[in-house]
Amino acid sequence: MSISKNNLILYIGILTFGIAAPFIFPAFKVQLSILCVLIVLATTWNIQGGEMGYNSFGNILFYGLGMYLCASVQVGMFFPLAEWTESGGEKTFVHTPAQFFQGMAVGLIVAAVVPTIVAGLIGYSILGLRGHYFAICTLGLGVAAGEISGGIEIIGAGQGFTTPPFPDVGSLDSRGEFFYFLSFFVLVLTFIAVRGIYSTRFKLILNAIRDNEDKAEAMGIETMKYKIVGWMISAFFCGLAGGIMGGLVGYIDSTDVAFDGREMGVFMVLMAILGGKGTLWGPIIGATVFHIFKEGFWTFFLGWQYVALGVLIVVIVIYFPEGIMGWLREKYPERFGEVVDEKDRKAQVELK
Amino acid sequence: MDFMVFQYPMISVQACLDGILLGILFALIAYGMALQWGVMNIINIAQGDLVILGGYIAYFMYLYGIHPAWGVIVSPIIMFFVGIAIYKLVINKVVDRDLFISILATFGISILFMQLMNFAFGADVVLANSDYGTTMLFNSNVVLPNSKIFSAFISILFAICLVIYMKKSKLGRAIRATAQNARAAKILGVDTEKVYAATFGINAALCGVAGALISITFTIHPYMGLPYTIRSFMIVIVAGLGNLPGVAMSGMGLGVFEEFADYILGTEFRIGSVFLLLVLILVYRRFKLSRKREYLK
Repeated sequence: MSISKNNLILYIGILTFGIAAPFIFPAFKVQLSILCVLIVLATTWNIQGGEMGYNSFGNILFYGLGMYLCASVQVGMFFPLAEWTESGGEKTFVHTPAQFFQGMAVGLIVAAVVPTIVAGLIGYSILGLRGHYFAICTLGLGVAAGEISGGIEIIGAGQGFTTPPFPDVGSLDSRGEFFYFLSFFVLVLTFIAVRGIYSTRFKLILNAIRDNEDKAEAMGIETMKYKIVGWMISAFFCGLAGGIMGGLVGYIDSTDVAFDGREMGVFMVLMAILGGKGTLWGPIIGATVFHIFKEGFWTFFLGWQYVALGVLIVVIVIYFPEGIMGWLREKYPERFGEVVDEKDRKAQVELK
Repeated sequence: MDFMVFQYPMISVQACLDGILLGILFALIAYGMALQWGVMNIINIAQGDLVILGGYIAYFMYLYGIHPAWGVIVSPIIMFFVGIAIYKLVINKVVDRDLFISILATFGISILFMQLMNFAFGADVVLANSDYGTTMLFNSNVVLPNSKIFSAFISILFAICLVIYMKKSKLGRAIRATAQNARAAKILGVDTEKVYAATFGINAALCGVAGALISITFTIHPYMGLPYTIRSFMIVIVAGLGNLPGVAMSGMGLGVFEEFADYILGTEFRIGSVFLLLVLILVYRRFKLSRKREYLK
């Protein structure tokens, strides 16, 4: 993968901004961390929905799984898990700083690896479905996971699971900074990985699957293998994002926080579509615009947020399915390296 | 885990009868789903929310002192127009497009309805009491509320009426023609736009009937819509489009499955088991088809 000079300046600019952001906007640290997580989710959803053409509602499964795993490991490494959830929010056990960070590190590794394995195991069965069957099946998976985890006692069942509180180190700001840099690190990692993937033959195969899977298979591509690997990559980063989000929110509920298909599960699809499916920057722009809109205007709706969300989904899907990147591409095709034939363009205008 | 259901055979009989009566209701909703899927080629995620909305209409009649059974007549009439309004606003823009667009757009409608109902009617679980009493069977070992029997009877009645209507009436013929080939129907003078609107309206009306019956026999809650969508989707994919006896049978089968899951796994896993069953059915069909190198599409 080669980086042109302009791009290099852009990347360095974004990286500097990312590192400086919590100090420039100290009041928005939590919001910025959530933004990073949202971008990760949208970007990884785009690997299926955008590049591969498999519209999944089920990536929330890996997100929720990562969230529960990270918190459970973090607690279970040092204290009995059952007693922890039994006592609920009461702090009978306190993590020392060393224990907290150790637990978090191991927890995040588990939160990334286990969903990847799960994706690999169920991938062969689920990815054999196509089109809307895949969409509904993954929707079912996400909701089933939420309902079932809501009945398991050891992770808090219906009453929820409190993640370990951040230990008392240094100043009061350290919690926000820690989670911001953690999520920003995961974001950078995701971006590098996805950009790397998109510059290889792997992306072309994913696009071939999207355009015509039967033909791709006829050309000798083992489509199933690539589909599973694509899903596993998504699961890896979704699990990481979930683990961080669990620590950030501080409280895990089965259907409202972890397997929140109604909110996070739709958000990631919506953000990717808003930004432009099947582009590298689309989900990033989409997530940023969506998050700013959500946080900026949510407070004006006061309880009507979900009504606004429903309307927003309908409007974006019906009137803006190409997304921001698609719109830009139509408007300025030259910027995207497309050669426009003036004659052809005129002919098209006449046809309209 | 609770295996009482195997030790006392009467509990099994109870579960079976409950499940069959419940399943007939599911089949009615699934019939509406199959209708719009076959005719317009869209999957309506908001199906369950239409059901719940129909239920609230009957519930409100109950609150104002009218017997909720009248909701069976009032609710479909109101829901028919609600359905046409939804069609005019949203659905007619997604009919010819990618199926995923329709899924996502109706998902948006579903969230919208869920929240509006939450504001309008509150987040409490409600039911409209019909005072129909109960029927005792087998030495009072099996207790069946009369309201369930009533609801199953009404569902069958509506389904039969609809089948006859689809066979005999002009609109019914137009709907069936559009389902077979929309383009050819258009050429032969069928106003497909009108047919689509009517189909969606009829589907919403069916949901209204089912919702009114559910508010009498079971409970309704603004967030309970999605399971009904998934159940009807599941019934349709098991039975296939345009196979009414199949829809009825698989509806009843699902009802019985749910009752047994409720007894054996516990009520908290009931909805989870429905969604898991959907995944299992799809995966089973995927492997069955892949032997012939085909796939679900």
